[in-house]
Amino acid sequence: MAAEKNKQFDPTVVLHEIEEKFEMFQILNEDGKIVNKESDPNLSDEELTKLMERMVYTRILDQRSIALNRQGRLGFYAPTAGQEASQLASHFALEKDDFILPGYRDVPQLIFHGLPLHMAFLWSRGHFLGSEIPEGLNIFPPQIIIGAQYVQAAGVALGFQKRGTKSVVMTYTGDGGTSQGDFYEGLNFAGAFRSPAIFVVQNNQFAISTPREVQTAAKTLAQKGIAAGIPSILVDGMDPLAVYAATKDARERAVNGEGPTLIETMCYRYGPHTMAGDDPTRYRTSDIDNEWEKRDPIVRFRTYLEGKKLWNEEKENEVIERAKQEIKDAIKQADQAPKQKVTDFLKIMYAGDMPYNLQEQFDIYTEKESK
Amino acid sequence: MAQLTMIQAITDAMRTELKNDENVLVFGEDVGKNGGVFRATEGLQKEFGEERVFDTPLAESGIGGLAIGLALTGYRPVMELQFFGFLFEVMDSVSGQAARMSFRSAGKLNAPITIRSPFGGGVATPEMHADSLEGLVAAQPGLKVVIPSTPYDAKGLLISAIKDENPVIFLEHMKLYRSFRQEVPEEEYTIPLGKADVKREGTDLSIITYGAMVQESLKAAEALEKDGHSVEVIDLRTIQPLDVETIIASVEKTNRAIVVQEAQRQAGIAANVVSEIMERAVLSLEAPVLRVTAPDTIYPFAQGENTWLPKADDIVATAKKVLEF
Repeated sequence: MAAEKNKQFDPTVVLHEIEEKFEMFQILNEDGKIVNKESDPNLSDEELTKLMERMVYTRILDQRSIALNRQGRLGFYAPTAGQEASQLASHFALEKDDFILPGYRDVPQLIFHGLPLHMAFLWSRGHFLGSEIPEGLNIFPPQIIIGAQYVQAAGVALGFQKRGTKSVVMTYTGDGGTSQGDFYEGLNFAGAFRSPAIFVVQNNQFAISTPREVQTAAKTLAQKGIAAGIPSILVDGMDPLAVYAATKDARERAVNGEGPTLIETMCYRYGPHTMAGDDPTRYRTSDIDNEWEKRDPIVRFRTYLEGKKLWNEEKENEVIERAKQEIKDAIKQADQAPKQKVTDFLKIMYAGDMPYNLQEQFDIYTEKESK
Repeated sequence: MAQLTMIQAITDAMRTELKNDENVLVFGEDVGKNGGVFRATEGLQKEFGEERVFDTPLAESGIGGLAIGLALTGYRPVMELQFFGFLFEVMDSVSGQAARMSFRSAGKLNAPITIRSPFGGGVATPEMHADSLEGLVAAQPGLKVVIPSTPYDAKGLLISAIKDENPVIFLEHMKLYRSFRQEVPEEEYTIPLGKADVKREGTDLSIITYGAMVQESLKAAEALEKDGHSVEVIDLRTIQPLDVETIIASVEKTNRAIVVQEAQRQAGIAANVVSEIMERAVLSLEAPVLRVTAPDTIYPFAQGENTWLPKADDIVATAKKVLEF
């Protein structure tokens, strides 16, 4: 018979006790009511309105992007509807000089950080000029390899720390990304160096088709930060105020030299994984969809702001019309991009002089392209 | 001028650049207090402090990501990959990320990262420590791959690698670390990347090689000279990009060539060199271009490696086939 263990040494008890402590942080509930007054970040009326505008804008951008993709006028696209609070309220806590290492679904944050919309469209279409990051814009092109941005974020954060700046780096992955080795390595490096990084896990419940429960035995993804010794929090990712407050808090710790934070945002993507043939009905029921749509971030934020007399239909329509117009203009601008040439590619392979093999190929293609 | 081993010359190169450029950072597993498992970073942390020369947690992919992130904030990372056999753990950072940095930012960003790593065999290491994986990185557009064979070259090439704006893989053959000394100037000097070096001049046969096989080829050349053959030995020094000019000039002079590599035969650097010769100088040839390589097996365990590695005798035998064709 196994010896009786003291409770504090019983690994099962210890695990359950820790897991139970990861309750979901919420400020604004599904009905648009403040349920956690003491944590309210007290954003100004202007800030609240601005955040709402961004979320509405992004919902329209998502709808238009899906339509444009279906018309063959956009390329790779990963839908964002449902994740507006998770994406934009986390970004809302950043300053201009902060650095973003996004995943491929995190294009809205890049746009509100300063990436021109037509460039986002060019990136989607697979045009190299979509990644020609403007001078002074602290972003990296969206990462495709799941988790690679986490180890790089640890590097940028260490760089900021060494430079003595008051900037932070924010990086995003999804629930599936937390299974990658790079996820742990990124958290662990940033934790070991105590560098200013914010790691956001947007838990939208499915990694393409694989449900969250298949990824890990862990009850929450937030608790994975504990192993790296860094503060971690589970947040209602459909609640813009909670996401903002948690991120703002993490940012403050980071610039105060207290190291990185892991934030898990519980959210949902309404659409498919990407527009490249994913069919969510193969792995989700409409019951689950409906359940999550009741928690919609825009609906609850609208209710809240209307109650404060900060929002109305007219304002919303204004944003919708502006979004549609800007999208139209940006598509037009993207259409003007020059046709890509092999010589363009050869030129951007290396900084400085071309190695002989590229120079020879450059000469061959220059001649071909002149015909 | 000081007589240095190759590893001392490598340390000297890092010291020189740490001194000359405040953005140079040296890091990796055990590189700080311990000075690296081979002592390549001996004394550097003491001299330049923990901010510039530091230990990392034990995770190669993390170290690769760290290098990329530091490059994004304007640093010039010199990362040590403890053994090149651990390349697979960091392959995404190397080939998937650093190599693509310029391309995937339309030339706006670059990754001036130097990845130093001990490689090659013949020093009885445990499994996965010895191997010749240079072909894997040489096949990746966006990288440069440098392999010195002498102390003098090692210092000049490493300084060039650190100064280069692109990711450079700098491979240090373990057998060459302490095998001989050479005069190495104290001051900063550079040897351009992509330039081969004629280590011995000759008129009858060109041996094109790199790394530890340079010494074996020089031994072979001496043996062949006793039989009346004048052999030229070209040390590639950079295997990507190749110095095609030097290779072709030599082949056009000698009209016969063999290519020697320590790596396995399949899809190797030697095959690439042979292709360049065929495309550019086939009409100068009086015999087929042959290769001397290791056989296409997994790198053997320590007690088996000496029967497996190519040696001067193998080079002499192949050279004779070409000379007597």
